Amino acid sequence: MLYDALIGPFLEFEFMRRALVSTFALAFGAAPIGVILMLRRMSLIGDAMSHAILPGAAVGFMLAGLNLFAMAAGGLIAGFVIAVGAGLIARSTQLKEDASLAAFFLISLALGVTLVSAKGTNIDLLHFLFGSVLAVDDPALLIVVGIASVSLVVLALIWRPLVLECVDPGFLRSVSRAGGPVHMAFLALVVMNLVGGFQALGTLLAVGIMMLPAVTSRFWAREITGMIGVAIACAALSGYAGLLLSYHAGLPSGPAIILVAGALYALSVAAGPVGGLIWLAITPRHLEA
Amino acid sequence: MIQRFHSAVLLMLAAMLIAASASAQDKQQDKLKAVATISIIGDLVKSVGGDRVEVTTLVGPNSDAHVFSPTPSDAKTLGAAKAVFINGMGLEGWITRLVAAAGTKATPVVVSAGIKPRQAEEGGHHAVDPHAWQSVANVKIYVANIRNGLKKADPAGAAVYDANAKVYLDKLDELEREVRDTIQKIPADRRKIITTHDAFGYFGQAYGVQFIAPLGVSAESQPSARDVAKIIGQVKRQKIPAVFMENISDPRMMQQIARETGAKIGGTLYSDALSDAGGPAATYLDMMRSNVRELAKVLAP
Repeated sequence: MLYDALIGPFLEFEFMRRALVSTFALAFGAAPIGVILMLRRMSLIGDAMSHAILPGAAVGFMLAGLNLFAMAAGGLIAGFVIAVGAGLIARSTQLKEDASLAAFFLISLALGVTLVSAKGTNIDLLHFLFGSVLAVDDPALLIVVGIASVSLVVLALIWRPLVLECVDPGFLRSVSRAGGPVHMAFLALVVMNLVGGFQALGTLLAVGIMMLPAVTSRFWAREITGMIGVAIACAALSGYAGLLLSYHAGLPSGPAIILVAGALYALSVAAGPVGGLIWLAITPRHLEA
Repeated sequence: MIQRFHSAVLLMLAAMLIAASASAQDKQQDKLKAVATISIIGDLVKSVGGDRVEVTTLVGPNSDAHVFSPTPSDAKTLGAAKAVFINGMGLEGWITRLVAAAGTKATPVVVSAGIKPRQAEEGGHHAVDPHAWQSVANVKIYVANIRNGLKKADPAGAAVYDANAKVYLDKLDELEREVRDTIQKIPADRRKIITTHDAFGYFGQAYGVQFIAPLGVSAESQPSARDVAKIIGQVKRQKIPAVFMENISDPRMMQQIARETGAKIGGTLYSDALSDAGGPAATYLDMMRSNVRELAKVLAP
């Protein structure tokens, strides 16, 4: 009975297995990146990116018609240009990263809408480009798993300077010149994960799996390694439980997965051992002047 | 000096442009300006109006009326139109506001007036299915409405419109016979198909083909894992032979279902929009023939 409810759907249906594997891959690739984004106060980059890739997708559409590969490649290029451009401007002027990203993404969105209208088509390009977790085909699965693998390897390679840059950029600058390249490599990972995730699984799921488990992990661990562990576990659990919820309750799958992640977040805000509201209430406060 | 020369050239250019556009307008002045909302209705108006009418279509070939967003030039086109033809049945939710905003003098002709609407039931809630043109019998009513609308807007051409409509109605009779003959040749238990969005209800009703649309009436809503599982179960149980794509929808969900059930993937069906001029469904008649051909190809045992 329990077996039928918890494992049966995945044994019976291939699309459920594909959905599960792709959300697990997303959990391993995107959740660690989400933790670092959160620590760098760039949590909203995902939403900005989901609009910013429109001109790239539009150019891909103009060159090759309704071709997923061309549109995804165009979106990837547009995403790189925006993330790296915003990063460069933030590093060389007094503008903060989020502000320059806001500027870039708005310009990009306007450009995209103009391009789409100039072409005179009424197909919702992004609606077409963005996939669904229930319709993961072989290329989409390869993309998601490939991106997750590349992300983990690159993160391992740039780990020390990246963490140093999160906590003490001034110190990193004083001992090494690696800060700039490391930051750009990290932005490239962010774009790759987001655009790959949009294309394979849809925007809500890609951004949600990246950010919600990351902010949840803050209430469970004090240092970054622990946070990443918690974030990955939380993302994978959301994927599994969300798919089951979608299967048994008949809810759309992407939102169901993100709602589970949201419930975990709410639980953690209330009861998380690191700064959860309940713990704050029952532990005696430090003396304040 | 150079400055003055420049402004003189600019003035001349501007004058030429105005003259050119004026003469272009003169040439088109004698034709009745008509606007149709979707490409299928545009084609019908063209067939009935013939040379007397100049038809502009708001939602062009291969485009989706569900996500259409009008531009100022659309409003301008509407403002200048002497006759406006809309499908009605809730397909063009945006048209009333656009007509009001454009200051159109002509009252829109609802070409589906007089057709018994089909209720689409998906996920418990009812909605009128607007895709009435998928049945040839309905399109005969469309043509009659279009003829009457044109006669009202341009009484001088009444005889021409009557004659054109009669010719086209004959073509529709012939088309309907063809469709029925082709479908008759498919064994009754194989006349079952899965499509992306529920646009073929009228076709199924008229010609006895069962269409199952996993994603409901609107192309917008997202399916749940249970929906997809139910469809896969249904395809396997009822041995549904084929799944079909449409020209305006994302094919990935259909491919997933086909992969998991072993059903054949059919060619493209045209539901809401014609193809462009070079495609297999450039006119309404071609569209219906192309759809029936694709169906017969995959469903024939």
